[in-house]
This record gives sequence, C-alpha cells and structure tokens, in this order.
Amino acid sequence: MSNVNGMNRPSKVRAPRVNDETKDFWAATADGKLLVKHCNGCGENHFYPRTFCPFCFSDDTEYLETAGRGMIYTYSVMRRTKEPWAIAYVTLDEGPTMMTNLIDCDFDKLEIGQAVKVAFIDTGEGTALPFFAPA
Amino acid sequence: MSIRGKAFIAGVYEHPLRECSGKTVPQLHAEVARGALDDAGLSIGDVDAYYCAGDVPGLGPLNQAEYMGLKLSQFDSTEVGGSSYVAHVNHAAQAIAMGHCQVALITLAGRPRADAKENYRTRPGGGPPADYAFEAPFRPVVVNMYGMAAMRHMHEYGTTSEQLAWVKVAASHHAQHNEHAMLRNVVTVDDVVNSPMISDPLHRLDCCVMSDGGGAVIVVAPEIAAQLKRPIVKVLGAGEAIKHLNGGKVDLTYSGARWSGPKAFAEAGVTQADIKYASIYDSFTITVVETLEDLGFCAKGEGGKFVDDGNLISGVGKLPFNTDGGGLCNNHPTDRGGITKVIEAVRQVRGEAHPKVQVPNCDIALAHGTGGLLGSRMGSATLILGGEDA
Repeated sequence: MSNVNGMNRPSKVRAPRVNDETKDFWAATADGKLLVKHCNGCGENHFYPRTFCPFCFSDDTEYLETAGRGMIYTYSVMRRTKEPWAIAYVTLDEGPTMMTNLIDCDFDKLEIGQAVKVAFIDTGEGTALPFFAPA
Repeated sequence: MSIRGKAFIAGVYEHPLRECSGKTVPQLHAEVARGALDDAGLSIGDVDAYYCAGDVPGLGPLNQAEYMGLKLSQFDSTEVGGSSYVAHVNHAAQAIAMGHCQVALITLAGRPRADAKENYRTRPGGGPPADYAFEAPFRPVVVNMYGMAAMRHMHEYGTTSEQLAWVKVAASHHAQHNEHAMLRNVVTVDDVVNSPMISDPLHRLDCCVMSDGGGAVIVVAPEIAAQLKRPIVKVLGAGEAIKHLNGGKVDLTYSGARWSGPKAFAEAGVTQADIKYASIYDSFTITVVETLEDLGFCAKGEGGKFVDDGNLISGVGKLPFNTDGGGLCNNHPTDRGGITKVIEAVRQVRGEAHPKVQVPNCDIALAHGTGGLLGSRMGSATLILGGEDA
C-alpha cells in the first residue's frame, strides 16, 4: 500500500480464484465493467454472482452491468500493520451490497454513506479487482 | 420416543452427469437440491433444515446456505466420509420427530474427475467456497469483519466505544477471580478506549484472547442423570440459525441470535426475565452487544446502554455474564469459544462458579454461541439450562 498525501492504493493485489460459474464476471473486470447478477424469475439483483438466484432459486439469471457507483455501507481500517487498509461494504446503486477495499482516499476522512465509484486494479492475471474510491 | 413413523422421505434426485466440467461444486449441490425438491413437489422456501458433509466447500452449511438462500432452523455437517448422508437421514428424522424442523434437505455433490481433467488444485471439499473469490482479495481478517459490524451499529444506533468497553470491563471483573484466566487484571473503560486501535472502531481490549486448551460436555438420558451424584442440569431448550449476506441484502447490525433465541425461549417455556445468568460468546465486545439485543434482553439498538455502568457484572448488574472471564479475559481455545460458554453456564446452575461471581439461586441460565463472522456469515446457537426444579 503506497501512501502519498493520504492517497492509499495497494502496491500489489491478490488475484481472485476464478471458476466456471464466475469466469464471465471476472472477464468483464478486465474491461473495466462491474457486473451483478439479475434474476429473470423474480427481478432481484444479487451479489456475489451465482447460477441460482438466492431469492427464488430460479436458474434464469443473467449478468447486469452496473454503473460502478454506490455508497459506503460500513468500513473498518486495519491499523496495526505497516500498510493499513480499509475493508468495506459498498451498496451499489443497482441494489446489492458487496465487499471491497476503499482506496485513493484519506482513511481518516471516510464516512458511512459517502458516495464512491469503482476503481479497478489489474491483477496481471487477466482480471481486475473492484476496489472503490470516493466519487 | 423413536423416529419410527415420525419422518418420511418425500423426494430424491440423482445427478445425471458423471463428469461435471463447467459447473462449480456449490452449483452442483444446488442442482441436486432442486432436483429433489421438484421430485417432492416442494420449493426451496419450504426447506428449514440442511444437512451436508465435507464435500461442501467452506464451513459446510454456512456457505452453502448462503449460496442457496436458505433460512434454516436446523443444520448438521456431520462428516464421516461416504456414510455421512445415511447418518444425516437419521439426524433429520430425529429433528423432525422432535418438531425442530419440517423439511430437511440433504445434499452430496462434487467433481473430482473434472478437477483432475482441468488440473485444478483442489482441497478436500472441492476448492474454496463460492464467496471466497469475492472476499479474500479484500483481506477480511477476523477483527476487521467485526469492526465493520461495530461501525455500522454505531452509525445506526449511536453506540459508543465507551459502551462497548463496559463489556470488557465486566469480563475483567470476573476474570480476576479465575486463577486460570489469561488476563486477570481489572480494567477500566479508559483502559479499553486508550488501548491501541486494531481495526476501527475496535481496540486491542475489545478483542478476545487467543489460547490453547479446550473443553468437553457429557449429555445423558434422564435415567442416567438420576444415577449420578453431580447436581442436575437440565437442557430446557435450544435454537440454532444461520445468518449470511443474503445475496447482497446486507445488514450487519444483527446476528443469527435474532432467530435462534426465540426458538430456545419458546422450547424452554421461559422469558428473558427468567434468565439469572448468561454466557454470551464474546469474540469481540460488539458481539456481546448485538447478541444481547437479538436475544431480547433489550430492544434493538439499546445494547450499548444495556451493558453500560456494569450491568453485566455479577453482584452489580441485572444480567451477570461470562463469570469465568469469557473469551475477552479467560480463554478462547483454538479460536472457538462455544464450549466454554456451555461449561460456565453449567457451573452457575450447579452453584459451582467462583463464590465471588456465583449468581444466587441460579436456576435458569443461557449460553449462546456465534461461529463464523459477525461481518459476513455465522452459525448462531442458543441453549437454555435449568436446575433440578426448573
């Protein structure tokens, strides 16, 4: 994590383990797109994406591209480490709340409810991780 | 009492594929679940009990219930190899016979051939759970997962660090009398809030200890108990639940105790006012505050005020808790504090807690466990115990 003028950005990131059920989600991240799953059975959006809708168990689900915007639901800054990091849940404008890290920000000025936008960081393995930064 | 004629197998389904490339293990479990439900003419919403073994990735029912969106009142992950699922039918039948659930789902699924062909490096259980790729890269170490719950609870209800600190203060008052406790010094609210910040808003003294050790419990039939010389401790009622991230409809201000507690109270036929002593899983101070609210000892959001001013200290407050010092001061063997919660509740009902912390006439006690993470998915279990006349 580099910390220049309070702008925290991880110097390296850990690539996600991609599987058959999520490869389309991760492929989209390489193009800078953040997807959620939409259920044609009940109309709900869900996250993390899965084949079966967790609300109605229909397998008629498809990916929906989000605007990559949302607000901080909660967060916690890990302080007892050389390179602090801010884990968070962000509630997307499209509904679902997802786990992430908050980057490119001053950790002491974060607030629940703050508007944030997705900031992908390339993993070097054909995927990018959806971090979030102040909008 | 037996299971004879008390439970029925209503649906079955055998997966048609013999090599499942292109599908994940959680997905395969969902596919066979749907097949069996279709055969029975039931829907996923009817399921209130789930049984699985080690072939489900992660912590068994915790991760797979989240994947399938299950709301459970009963679960079991007995792992004894290939015979597990036969034993699960027995366990499900027992639970149904006892009225603890009505529709139990049992699944087995995996893809060792596909894994071998695709050269996946898999662990027993078919690799990580489905949630793993969406969480692990963001480094959810335990304390920040509880920190996020605490942060949201503070935001919604105005809970303060000083209020959380009272949980630790109460535990320390009890631990001073426990010669085996790791931390026996009595601490103040100032000590807690001035200890180093670990992960906002949790300080070092908001966190439980890490310890070795363990514990054991013997449960017997009434006729055996009657032959033994030790004080009687009756199991009056129990409840269990799984709470998860619910497909992204996340609310970290409550725990699974919201569902496990009412079941235990109903079965025991007692109310919160009857509980003389409570063992509350205290991985972190926030765990206690949310659990007390969810168990109905105070209204949601009032937990901070409830624990304030020593209300959890034996001989001082209205609800003596964790009189052994709990996880915050005594021990947390192999990062699992559930069994020590039961043990101290038994001591209290037997009248064998340390005299300085023994609750007078402790005829009814409660023990509650929170396993997993308050910040994502957890197994919650509530137990109510009573003395001979309870």
